[in-house]
Amino acid sequence: MALREFRLDLYGKDETVAALTQLDHLKALEAESMFILREAAAEFAHPVMLYSIGKDSSVMLRLAQKAFYPGKIPFPLLHIDTSFKFPEMIEFRDWYAKHVGVELIVHKNQKALDDGANPYSLGTQKCCGFLKTRSLLDGLAEGGFDAAFGGARRDEEKSRAKERVYSFRDSLGQWDPNNQRPELWSLYNSRHHKGESIRVFPLSNWTELDVWLYIHAEKIPIVPLYFAKEREAIVRGEQILLLQAGVRALPGEKTEMVKCRMRSLGCAPCTGGIRSEADTVPKIIDEMISFRRSERENRVIDHDEEGSMEIKKREGYF
Amino acid sequence: MSTATPEPTDAPSASPSPVSTVGAAGSLTHVLGLLRFSTAGSVDDGKSTLIGRLLYDSKSVFEDQLASVQKSKINRSGGPIDFSLLTDGLRAEREQGITIDVAYRYFSTPRRKFIIADTPGHEQYTRNMATGASTAEAAVVLMDATKGVLRQSRRHAYIAHLLGVQHIVAAVNKMDLVGFSQEVFDRISAEFREFADHLGIRNVYAVPVSALEGDNVVRPSKRMPWFEGPPLLEYLEAIPAAVGSASGPLRFPVQYVIRPDASFRGFAGQLVSGELRPGASVMALPSGVKTKVQSIVAFEDEPESAVPGDSITITLEDEIDLSRGDMLVGEANPPSSGTEFQAALVWMHSEPLDPHKIYVLKHTTRTVRARINQIRYRVDINTLEHVPATKLDLNEIAAVDVKTTLPLFFDPYHLNRITGSFIVIDPLTNATVAAGIIDRAIDPKHGSRAAAAHRKHSTREERILRFGHPAAAVWLKGRPHVAELVERRLFDEGWQVQLAGPNDFLSHELVTVAKAFRLSGYITVFCPLDDGTDQKQVVRAIFGPDSFFAVRITDDTDEEAVDRVMTVLRKWRDNYSLEPEKGKS
Repeated sequence: MALREFRLDLYGKDETVAALTQLDHLKALEAESMFILREAAAEFAHPVMLYSIGKDSSVMLRLAQKAFYPGKIPFPLLHIDTSFKFPEMIEFRDWYAKHVGVELIVHKNQKALDDGANPYSLGTQKCCGFLKTRSLLDGLAEGGFDAAFGGARRDEEKSRAKERVYSFRDSLGQWDPNNQRPELWSLYNSRHHKGESIRVFPLSNWTELDVWLYIHAEKIPIVPLYFAKEREAIVRGEQILLLQAGVRALPGEKTEMVKCRMRSLGCAPCTGGIRSEADTVPKIIDEMISFRRSERENRVIDHDEEGSMEIKKREGYF
Repeated sequence: MSTATPEPTDAPSASPSPVSTVGAAGSLTHVLGLLRFSTAGSVDDGKSTLIGRLLYDSKSVFEDQLASVQKSKINRSGGPIDFSLLTDGLRAEREQGITIDVAYRYFSTPRRKFIIADTPGHEQYTRNMATGASTAEAAVVLMDATKGVLRQSRRHAYIAHLLGVQHIVAAVNKMDLVGFSQEVFDRISAEFREFADHLGIRNVYAVPVSALEGDNVVRPSKRMPWFEGPPLLEYLEAIPAAVGSASGPLRFPVQYVIRPDASFRGFAGQLVSGELRPGASVMALPSGVKTKVQSIVAFEDEPESAVPGDSITITLEDEIDLSRGDMLVGEANPPSSGTEFQAALVWMHSEPLDPHKIYVLKHTTRTVRARINQIRYRVDINTLEHVPATKLDLNEIAAVDVKTTLPLFFDPYHLNRITGSFIVIDPLTNATVAAGIIDRAIDPKHGSRAAAAHRKHSTREERILRFGHPAAAVWLKGRPHVAELVERRLFDEGWQVQLAGPNDFLSHELVTVAKAFRLSGYITVFCPLDDGTDQKQVVRAIFGPDSFFAVRITDDTDEEAVDRVMTVLRKWRDNYSLEPEKGKS
């Protein structure tokens, strides 16, 4: 049966759409994620939710609302702001945190920014190192957080396929892929010494398509950059870069209007858009199903060198 | 406007209106829900190739991933695409050509979403195989047609069966190398079936495949017309989903108590088995108090009932004592409730099992301290023979007796994978050291501890079991700050400890104080201002020379002194025996 027979165009009113959202696997994923969120909230002294403003964060936040309803979400959100994020992301972040009624902490590596850190002069590896990895570790240390929820999924990237739901980090925030704790059933080991921490990934078993189906089923607000629109952009090889948040044109490059959207959200200089006509969630889902390219392909940082994500993760990157 | 694009000023779910356009979509009906299956094997069996083939042929591999594999310098496969590179994630694996951990893969077909727990098959990775099998409903045991049933195949089948996997698929791979011979397939599958029967595995499906060339993986093989069964993927698509039984006995471990204000008290958790609905009678464990479900509370609606697998929040009609680690059950069919049971343990750490050590045990949402009292036998995972054993090393499996400090509410694993499983954690390193599969309760009346159970008051042995150590005295003259730090460190690490400071008692009370704390089983930290040698000798005599630790004053820092004391005490604790006490009373 094709998706369109579910009449996704009716966004939540149609019975067949309701049937889609009742699909066993989405329900099972939701229940598992809520279990993980509750388990970590019960066992850690100071958990925090890493909030990246993207679609996965939006889903994770909704799951937290559900897990603790009618109580409030019992931990704050932490956003690591590199200052190179798209302005629409920041606008959305501030509105949505307020709308949900959750505490939002924004952390920047101000010292590196004052020293002029940017991807052009540092290169993307170093820039990520300063503005994301270092900043994240500092933000976690400052807050005294012993657990951090992240929206990472195992299907995103090869090195993530081996990530545990509870991913142990030593006192320097580092991940040792060769020495991970075994994780059986749904019995998660939260024990750690002072200074060590655990990253908790409630969306481990979700795929990109699951995330979109859930956004649709739950009508979860997302940043408008996910929807196709005519945008002023530079086309650089296969990359479509928006002229925002410090993105610079190279000599000889001209901007043009491109109907495009973001498949994943990151820093403007390092996140390219894709050409797309999908301006609604159902159209995005349609596009996804016919899509044959993986979602992080538009991320410059993952392709710096073979195995680059694994290197970042060992150093403490999410 | 299109509701799919809420502008930041919109309420998220306010009056959705239809979206104007529908695009084309592939087929997508996960009618059978989720299926988790495990695979085990090494690169030599073509396991990674098989998974790569499943992902590729089910169109779950993205073009850019495929392009990066195609341009990779490594190709071990002998074919145009090395499918194994799609799945071997970590650098070390790519470089060494081995799979060293559990990796999870995802793919969907029009009928189902699949999660593959992909594990290495070598003996030294038994723990990874067990991890992968712990959540799997099916296991694909891969065999090489040129080699037949190997130890590794038997091992994988045994571990899958031990971990409660219901459906075993025997995939005989590399059929292309044996000329797609029916005779070879029949011989291997018959041998495997015989072994599976011996284990008591009921559902075995044998299928001949060539992962490299795609025969019988996703599409039926034209080159093996003699095989009439469905290809591997089609078989996996049809396996009935394993859901907990709604008609089974009620098991609801309380995970989290939600208290937004004084008027609301909700109990959150994932329903393991049985059904909950408003008005349903429940019994709380350990209190045994009975009450009824008042409501099921959810984010946007009020569900009429909850079935196994649902993460829910409920309220109860009466205010009863109930918190995380407790369990709501049905009165008619409660779980076993007790502190002693037999279990199978898969040891997962390089540090071997220590029968004297007190471990942390996590079972459902309940965490207790426990001791592995006795190893009944070890299982040789290659021959499946029961071998007498006094210790248990990494990747070994044994039948053991477990004794916990507080009662657990459990079922045999074969009846319930959630209430029948536990993990063992080392309290010092915090490492997960073992996975446990509960076999049955040990009735204390018939157990070796029958005498203890009928004694009126608690014994020294029982106190040692609870605290994790017998009594001891730490004598820290003239360093009150170190004494405080030691006491704090011990307390935080879960020791039973008491500081006996200079102002806590009069000097003539010393003997009474020391005797009382020794009888109670405490690590007692004395910090006398002035120790007449007499006092020190008196306390030493009371606790016994093996359990008395005087710290000499040196010029080390406070922290160093604390570390020194801790090292001595840990060593002592790891080596004490349950022999009759040596101290005098």
